[in-house]
Amino acid sequence: MNEGPEEYLEALYKLTREGKPVRTSQLANFLGVSPASATQMLQKLAERGCVEYIPYHGSTLTENGEAKGAKMTRKHRLLETFLVSLLNVRKDKAHEEACELEHHLSDEAEEALCRILKHPEYCADDNMPIPPCDSPYSSCAECMEAAEFSPQRRSKPIRPLTSLEKGESAKIAFVRAGRGALRRLCDMGLTPGSVVTMVRSAPLRGPVEVEIRGSRLAIGWGIASKVFVEAVDGG
Amino acid sequence: MASDDEDQLRIALAGNANVGKSAIFNQLTGLSQVIGNWPGKTVERAEGSLFFEGRNLEIIDLPGIYSLSTFSEEEIVSRQFIAEEKPDVVIDVLDSTVLERNLYFTIQLMELEAPLVVALNMYDQAKKRGIEIDRERLSKELGMPVVPTVAVKRVGLGDLLRSAISVGEAESSRKPKTLRYGPEVESRIEKLSSSLSDRLSDHPYPIRFVAIKLLENDEEILRMISDQDILDEASELRSELESIHGEPASTVITSERYSLANRISSNCQRFIHQPKQELSTKLESVTTHSVWGYVIMLLITLGVFLTIFTLGDWFSGILEQALDLIRPILQDILGTGPLGVIIQEGLIEGLFAGVTIALPYILPFYLILSILEDSGYLARIAFLMDSAMHRMGLHGKAFIPILLGYGCSVPAVLGSRIMETRRERLIAAFAATLVPCAARTIVILALVGKYIGPLYALSLYVIDLIIVFALGRVAYRTLPGRAIGLIMEMPAYRKPSGNVVLKQTWFRLSSFVKMAFPVIVGAGVLIKAMEVVGLLEYISTILSPVTVGLLGLPSVVGVLLVVGILRKELTILMLATLLGTTQFNAVLTPAQMYVFAYVVMLYIPCIATVAALSREFGWKDALYITVFEILFATLTGGLLYRILLFLGWS
Repeated sequence: MNEGPEEYLEALYKLTREGKPVRTSQLANFLGVSPASATQMLQKLAERGCVEYIPYHGSTLTENGEAKGAKMTRKHRLLETFLVSLLNVRKDKAHEEACELEHHLSDEAEEALCRILKHPEYCADDNMPIPPCDSPYSSCAECMEAAEFSPQRRSKPIRPLTSLEKGESAKIAFVRAGRGALRRLCDMGLTPGSVVTMVRSAPLRGPVEVEIRGSRLAIGWGIASKVFVEAVDGG
Repeated sequence: MASDDEDQLRIALAGNANVGKSAIFNQLTGLSQVIGNWPGKTVERAEGSLFFEGRNLEIIDLPGIYSLSTFSEEEIVSRQFIAEEKPDVVIDVLDSTVLERNLYFTIQLMELEAPLVVALNMYDQAKKRGIEIDRERLSKELGMPVVPTVAVKRVGLGDLLRSAISVGEAESSRKPKTLRYGPEVESRIEKLSSSLSDRLSDHPYPIRFVAIKLLENDEEILRMISDQDILDEASELRSELESIHGEPASTVITSERYSLANRISSNCQRFIHQPKQELSTKLESVTTHSVWGYVIMLLITLGVFLTIFTLGDWFSGILEQALDLIRPILQDILGTGPLGVIIQEGLIEGLFAGVTIALPYILPFYLILSILEDSGYLARIAFLMDSAMHRMGLHGKAFIPILLGYGCSVPAVLGSRIMETRRERLIAAFAATLVPCAARTIVILALVGKYIGPLYALSLYVIDLIIVFALGRVAYRTLPGRAIGLIMEMPAYRKPSGNVVLKQTWFRLSSFVKMAFPVIVGAGVLIKAMEVVGLLEYISTILSPVTVGLLGLPSVVGVLLVVGILRKELTILMLATLLGTTQFNAVLTPAQMYVFAYVVMLYIPCIATVAALSREFGWKDALYITVFEILFATLTGGLLYRILLFLGWS
């Protein structure tokens, strides 16, 4: 979907908040376009199943259209909030910028933006409510928690398990092994987030012996080098 | 539920490796064990029975595993058994010193909804290490009886059985309680479970278990579900979990289980004091040291073989003398007719041969193996050899069957079981059959060592080692599947329990006798019968293009190669008989002796080894290996002969 229909859906989303259908003239006015082109676009959107158009009465959003409109509005308002509260961009400028950027913002970036703004409920520009996200999380807390473990967000240096010195402890960040090895490592207790301590390593790329969850494991060098660790919190 | 017999209660023992599960099994069942394989698998199935307080108890010892996924055959066998054969009660044996990892397995057994009793084994060890476990709390958290035991000292076993019986015989609420995971995972399990409960009927696995396994992408369970809607829903829920965590769903669920295990274990155990364990720490570091570790390993293996050979020689000499007394008596009874000769020289000599080999050499071998295994030293050998074994595509544990191969190929083939997958077992067993066993060593020493020189004998071992690595690598490359590598628990050193070692040795020995003896005796009778009717000479003639043409050996050797199938060291004894002298250098050229020893070293694992291979991997793979080794030995033997001639050997 290009910018045109997205703008219409966003406008319709805003205008239908009171629960009444929106007249074509009202919409054209809001967007600053001619009623003829508004009618044309509304027909197009109706064909796509986003809009329900009742002649002489007005247009309403279908469930599908509502979701798309909400998504655009959400992106717009998150961007405004980001520009205003984090980057200190002037409010009138922020609105324009957000109008441009919203069409190019991916869902992942939207999610990340929401997290970095600490899941705001209202837009910092005009204090309008930000529509909720459509991610699979059941709560904002869950989303924030997931981000903690997310491989995309790391600030600590990551290194292979094999690089640990004797007696050194580290937290498992992630494992990049094949399916079988990954399962086995997890089953033996090397799950992401758990703490391992190097006991000893054999020479000539021999296996390493580590302590995990109170027991000792020998892991071949090949697999151990695919286990990546980061510094333990506060250590 | 599953047992037809009213008074018979079926109890399965489950748990991690090295937790003393087999010790409990041995203590309970004594000599009543039946050891076989699970149908179609290379996994040992041990069963036994006992009579306890008026009840007949049937006990099945499941393999020691860490998870109920599909990583190894053992894992699949175990969960199939629990779900499909539904034992009346499952005793989950835990190592009290490593509670958290052991509880991870308990949680999975609870997912399988098996009626459970927990045995907190090695309870004394935990106490010694300053770990105090609140049993009542643990029992409450898990919702099942928890009984402390010390299997090697027979402590707590009666209480364990009584708890198992009361759980097994309870009419209601045999299902253990359901442990709940975190909301993200739990909500998806419940969603999938409710879809499953509408559509899934007559499935051996519990619905919640199936739902969890579908989320974990478990191949075995995925294969069992044909309903596309369910599969689609599972894959959608799975990708939701994966997008939340950025990890495979199976990792997410495993982490959930571990966090539960961690919570329960930290609720139920206290570390009172950390005692110093200087001796065992010192032992651990010196036996895995990058220099001393290998020195110690070399000394121990040399010591082991020296002990086996001296002990074996001495013992076999005594047996031989005893049997010499019986021989004339039998001769009188059986006479010298063809049938008498077949019975006497085929059947009885075969039996005698088995006794003079199996008992003197295999017995000390198994005894020492049990001690090494029980003490935890075998794991250190695997640790030290991992890097070297990787050059042939196997990991450190594979060194053990190969090491066993220098003693006898039969236990070596059976010992390949310590590998995780069938593919790795097959490669390890194949490599082990190529290693010269004690019988082949006799031929090499008596022929090459004595008449050409010890260094030449050594050269054969070096050539063999190169062949083992090269062929192992080829097998690794050509067999389908992928190797995973070494991920092995390193058990703490402990003093082996004499009781357990003796029982283990006894069971291994008796299963060896049951498997190898019929084959040795049967083949002995067959070969004797062929000799009596004059077939053996024909064989020499038939084989002469190979023996004379290709290998450049005298034609009488054809018979030897056939007889050698029975027992390799027979070739040297018969060679003396057939050539009419033990001065082999008078009738054979050095090149001939070298080539003969080479071919005997490689051409076929003896008939007992073929039987062991066929028991472990099926007759097809046993046949492939046998045929391959015959072809390989004769072809490279022919090549070797020509190279030797070229080098100026006569």
